[in-house]
Amino acid sequence: MSASDLTIKPTADALLSTKMAKRRASNAQFIRWLILFAGGVLMVMPIVYMLSTSFKYPFEVYNLNLIPEEPTLENYQLVLEDGRFYRWFVNSLFIATITTVSNVFFDSLVGYALCKFRFPGRYIVFIAILSTLMIPTEMLVIPWYLMSTTFGWLDTYWGIMFPGLMTAFGTFLMKQFFETVPDDFIEAARIDGLNEFQIWWTVAMPLVKPALAALAIFVFLGNWTAFIWPLIVTNSQEIYTLPVGLTTFSVEQQVEWELIMTGAAISTLPTLIVFLIFQRFIIRGVVMAGLKG
Amino acid sequence: MQFYRHLSISQKQIVWAWAFLALPAIFYVVIRFYPTANAVFLSFQEWNLLGARTWTGFDNYVKLWNDAVFWKVFGNTFLYLIIGTPVSLVISFIIAYHIDKVRFMHGLIRALYFIPFMTSAVAMAWVWRWFYQPVPIGVFNNFLSSFGIAQIEFLNSTTNALPSILAPAVWAGLGFQIIIFMAGLRAIPQTYYEAARIDGISTLTTLWEITLPLLKPTIVFLVVFSSIGFLRIFDQVFNMTTNNPGGPLNSTKPLVLMIYDTAFNSFDMGYAAAQTVVLFAILLVVSLVQLRILRDR
Repeated sequence: MSASDLTIKPTADALLSTKMAKRRASNAQFIRWLILFAGGVLMVMPIVYMLSTSFKYPFEVYNLNLIPEEPTLENYQLVLEDGRFYRWFVNSLFIATITTVSNVFFDSLVGYALCKFRFPGRYIVFIAILSTLMIPTEMLVIPWYLMSTTFGWLDTYWGIMFPGLMTAFGTFLMKQFFETVPDDFIEAARIDGLNEFQIWWTVAMPLVKPALAALAIFVFLGNWTAFIWPLIVTNSQEIYTLPVGLTTFSVEQQVEWELIMTGAAISTLPTLIVFLIFQRFIIRGVVMAGLKG
Repeated sequence: MQFYRHLSISQKQIVWAWAFLALPAIFYVVIRFYPTANAVFLSFQEWNLLGARTWTGFDNYVKLWNDAVFWKVFGNTFLYLIIGTPVSLVISFIIAYHIDKVRFMHGLIRALYFIPFMTSAVAMAWVWRWFYQPVPIGVFNNFLSSFGIAQIEFLNSTTNALPSILAPAVWAGLGFQIIIFMAGLRAIPQTYYEAARIDGISTLTTLWEITLPLLKPTIVFLVVFSSIGFLRIFDQVFNMTTNNPGGPLNSTKPLVLMIYDTAFNSFDMGYAAAQTVVLFAILLVVSLVQLRILRDR
């Protein structure tokens, strides 16, 4: 008996059945892909319809065509005409940017202090900040409103921004990430004569850049879409943010759905474009913030 | 400076720590703790913003207990939770489970499901509101009528309005839940699945006995996180029922909308504060109960 006889040779039958099994598996895989893809297309349909309608003339709004027969930019001209959307857009951008910068700075400052310094009261500060996570924003809007009336913050950018300048969520996210910065690095920097602020800013902060980016994405998106507090604290249209402005605008339009869709498109497009450019990065950031925060 | 130089290293650390924390400490006291206490105080007072704040003891809570609208709203708030959380979690898990197994254009598919999460709730509320309009206008009813199916009253019906408003909230949240589930699935070591395959265990048993138990931390996180979101629903309701907020007949009004109405339309600040305290209690109890139940199993 030669060695070759000992190796198990698959019979033609068995070969056929594994081939079939493989084909069946790849068929199943293909069907799975197709269903997932169809579901994904369905998921973005509301956004696609919104965009498509924003390019339609009123007479076309009521048909289901995705591609307008006569595409037009007239709706955008009409909506942008009185300049309010520009104003709301700039307001939203300004408020979301300042709040993001403030959160990135202060949340990591506090997170770092709680993580790397040993001082009496550290545990109490930690618990105190942790406990604010339990308090829903809605419980605070009334006292914030009263505070704003007392100090004249109603109808100001500061009035919209002040409640969100620091968040407990961001603080814990950053604290978690500063745990990954080795104490040796900080010790070495201390020996080199850097003061603690410099160590935090030049040594620790660059090491947690991914976390900073994740925090920035979350805070920016949260403030860009924030609704209830800006709605409460603003009265005049010059101070409105995009969501509040869009509500007012849509109520005015009543049944002019193509104009409402155009307004909705204008307030959605900026985040969508940013997402399409930084897709992988944003998804990673959201996962990071979601799981560690 | 002279003083600072004479401190020991650990004393210097204390000085630095409080230098870091000084401004944030003021912020948390003034913008978080004081308002929390103020809300609780206010819930025992009567105040219409103009007159004096007068103490009324538990009057606001008694009034709330006897308020038929409150119980309607309380029921609605829980309906949002009881429908929203399981539906969104089951759908997002199924999708995440399958996306995880797909290699071809994986990024594109994931992005398609994630995109709604990047939209603003207000803008999408108006898009969905348009979808729900009756026949010549609304997309859904047009679609149905093109198949000769009778129209559905979405937002004008007391029974259909609440699920109709919930749908965009579930839709927008799916993307987040899916990618969190996918991260959870990725974290399960492949060796478990290989062992299961060698033992000839069926896909369903593998899912039930390996995947789901190992995914528990993710599930707990998402259950608590999304429950809090559904209990605090506001943007969608407010924007989809602007002509009659919370309508028809309060059938869609959640607690946060009732708080908003009481405080900023009726200016009954004490009563509204009592409602916020109740909201806080609901959120706390629901989260604790969920953590209890899910941790034990």
